[in-house]
Amino acid sequence: MTRLRQRSVALYHWFDRRLGLGKPVIEAAEHEIPGSTSSWWYVFGSAASVILGLQVVTGILLALVYTPSASNAWNSLQFLDHNVQLGWFLRAIHGWGSDFMIAIVLIHMVQVFLFGAYKFPRELTWIVGVFLLLLTLGMAFTGQVLRFDQDSYWGLGIGASILSRVPFIGGALVDLTLGGPIIAGPTLTRFFALHVFVIPGILLALVGLHVWMVLRLGINEWPMPGRIVRKSTYVREYNALTKETGIPFVPDAVWKDAFFAAAIMLAIIACALFFGPFGPTGQPDPTIIQTAPKPDFAFLWIYAVLAYLPPSLETPVLFIAPVLIIVAMLLLPLVAGQGEKHWSRRPVAVLMVAVIAVTLGVLTRLGMYTPWSPIMNAWTSDPIPIAYLYNRTPLEREGSIVFQNKQCRNCHSVGGEGGLRGPALDSIATRMTEDQIIRQVLQGGGNMPAYGNSLSPSETTALVSFLTTLRGNDLAPAIDASRHMVVTGKLPSTVPNGH
Amino acid sequence: MTPTEQTPQSDPALQNVQEKPQEPASAQSASHSRRAFLFNLSLLANGAIGAILAVPIIGYLLGPALKKGSNYNSWIALGPLSDFPENETRLVNFRNPITTPWDGQTGDIPCWVRRVTGNAFQVFAINCAHLGCPVRWFAQSKLFLCPCHGGAYYADGSRASGPPLRGLFEYDHKVDGANLMVKVGKMPTLAFTSCVKPPLTQIEGTTPSAARVPAIEQTKPDGPRLGRPS
Repeated sequence: MTRLRQRSVALYHWFDRRLGLGKPVIEAAEHEIPGSTSSWWYVFGSAASVILGLQVVTGILLALVYTPSASNAWNSLQFLDHNVQLGWFLRAIHGWGSDFMIAIVLIHMVQVFLFGAYKFPRELTWIVGVFLLLLTLGMAFTGQVLRFDQDSYWGLGIGASILSRVPFIGGALVDLTLGGPIIAGPTLTRFFALHVFVIPGILLALVGLHVWMVLRLGINEWPMPGRIVRKSTYVREYNALTKETGIPFVPDAVWKDAFFAAAIMLAIIACALFFGPFGPTGQPDPTIIQTAPKPDFAFLWIYAVLAYLPPSLETPVLFIAPVLIIVAMLLLPLVAGQGEKHWSRRPVAVLMVAVIAVTLGVLTRLGMYTPWSPIMNAWTSDPIPIAYLYNRTPLEREGSIVFQNKQCRNCHSVGGEGGLRGPALDSIATRMTEDQIIRQVLQGGGNMPAYGNSLSPSETTALVSFLTTLRGNDLAPAIDASRHMVVTGKLPSTVPNGH
Repeated sequence: MTPTEQTPQSDPALQNVQEKPQEPASAQSASHSRRAFLFNLSLLANGAIGAILAVPIIGYLLGPALKKGSNYNSWIALGPLSDFPENETRLVNFRNPITTPWDGQTGDIPCWVRRVTGNAFQVFAINCAHLGCPVRWFAQSKLFLCPCHGGAYYADGSRASGPPLRGLFEYDHKVDGANLMVKVGKMPTLAFTSCVKPPLTQIEGTTPSAARVPAIEQTKPDGPRLGRPS
């Protein structure tokens, strides 16, 4: 036993004499950190890098089978899912790993922001981190493209359409992105090169820099209210704190990182097992137009923004907002590099995080059920509630058929079923008079197309007579006050309190 | 920690370097400036080689963008006129004139063909003018609807509602004997101008295609399209 031990020590020394890595690595692992930073709040960065490792490994394994050709990529994913032993599981881990990575990177960023860790002397660590976030999102988007299905195809179309709006060089950017005149083989190989070589290469290099700077500058100490960061005194104070409360990173602090990383890995594996891989959805065949393309989870909020921006604001917002946001994130540590670190003394920072989180959350939620999209099959699949046909005249019932046949239902719901693009019509007659309904149907307006062209006079009459029966829970119909005056020739005496 | 410190006895080559007899100061500085000059020269040589190498690399990368947009487009036959009944709008697929052998299904592009009357046609791109999603034609309500963000267009391709800035993209087309020909090849986007591009003012209710195809004028709704909602 002792001989074996001696042999292995000798072997270690043989390598270390040539590599010289043993001492610096052990020193880095055992370096002293302020005791307060051994916290469950400090585990997200290491978890992100562990997931990155998982993504690299599973990505290489998927590349053993995946075929980056427009004609075969989708088939090779099907082959992975159904014919390759555990191929579906590897795809699922890679897909869920991507979602978890974005989530952990964002949480890490919020934690670093709220703990003031971006302040002197760690400004560059934050700036590199901003690029790491962008690269992570870049990996998510290019990865979604490699899952070459309907969503991916039309997602590329959306990307190209956005780029085409860039002033002057938009056309050239579209050509560069697509690699040809249409979304096809050269587009997929471009995104393959980006996803597999270019972005991961930069990502790994920057992660190396990021970690190097964390080691060199020391982990951010736990912030205390009133402990002000000053360039002149910070390093001395930090060193004193480390000397006073220092504990070796390995093993005294790292066990929390290790446990959290294990929990995250377990969560990824569980999600992969229970929910399986993402897609692929339909084939990337543009002639199959019965599709409602949707981006992956991380980009749903952008999808919602694009639906809600007024047309005239869309192009400026699309190109100015991202630049402003990224520049603001990059400049943050340079502008606010000193001062209070503790969140309780930085109400604006806390408010910003809250507002941004709520905004992204609401937009993502909206992106999940897309209230702005017409429901293309509502007119043939959702029936008119029986209550709306009961005791109605034949004309009114005929109107309900017109209502269905003219696809009104795709944008307007009745009885809780149908599109959400326009208002629900269950109580439309309490808000609009017959004349107003006729005008709105024929001429459109607001966000509604004009139907004067596609409705015959008799269809219009029937449709409007049906709509005027929709008064919710038997509410009073909308009335035109001027009608009363025209008929009776005097002001109505029953108008209550100025209404 | 240099290798010589760690293994002082194992590397005779490095030992020799250190034990080299010292040159006189002037000779040392002369040879230093000579070496520094050669170092700078080597940087220059590599810079020049890099610049020469950059030309083909950048040319290769920018290749798709340097090609003129119109070069991509060519006339292809969509089908005999008898395929397109008057007053109907039909989905027609064509094989893009420029493809690679590994494009597969992505090389098949659909478009909407509307035969107004006689030889008056409109050929719409499938891509919504907002963000390129595939629009669907609803013959009953005479609308094109987009599934992504709810853009809507009238039968003549003009903008009806939603986020699009303009009407549907139209391909140039002509009737050649008994065939309908279209000029296609490039995915239409807002930056791509060689397809028919109605001005943004159609939001006010005027359609330039109406001037080209008088028949459309008669089927347009009477009132202004952007009345205020009541």
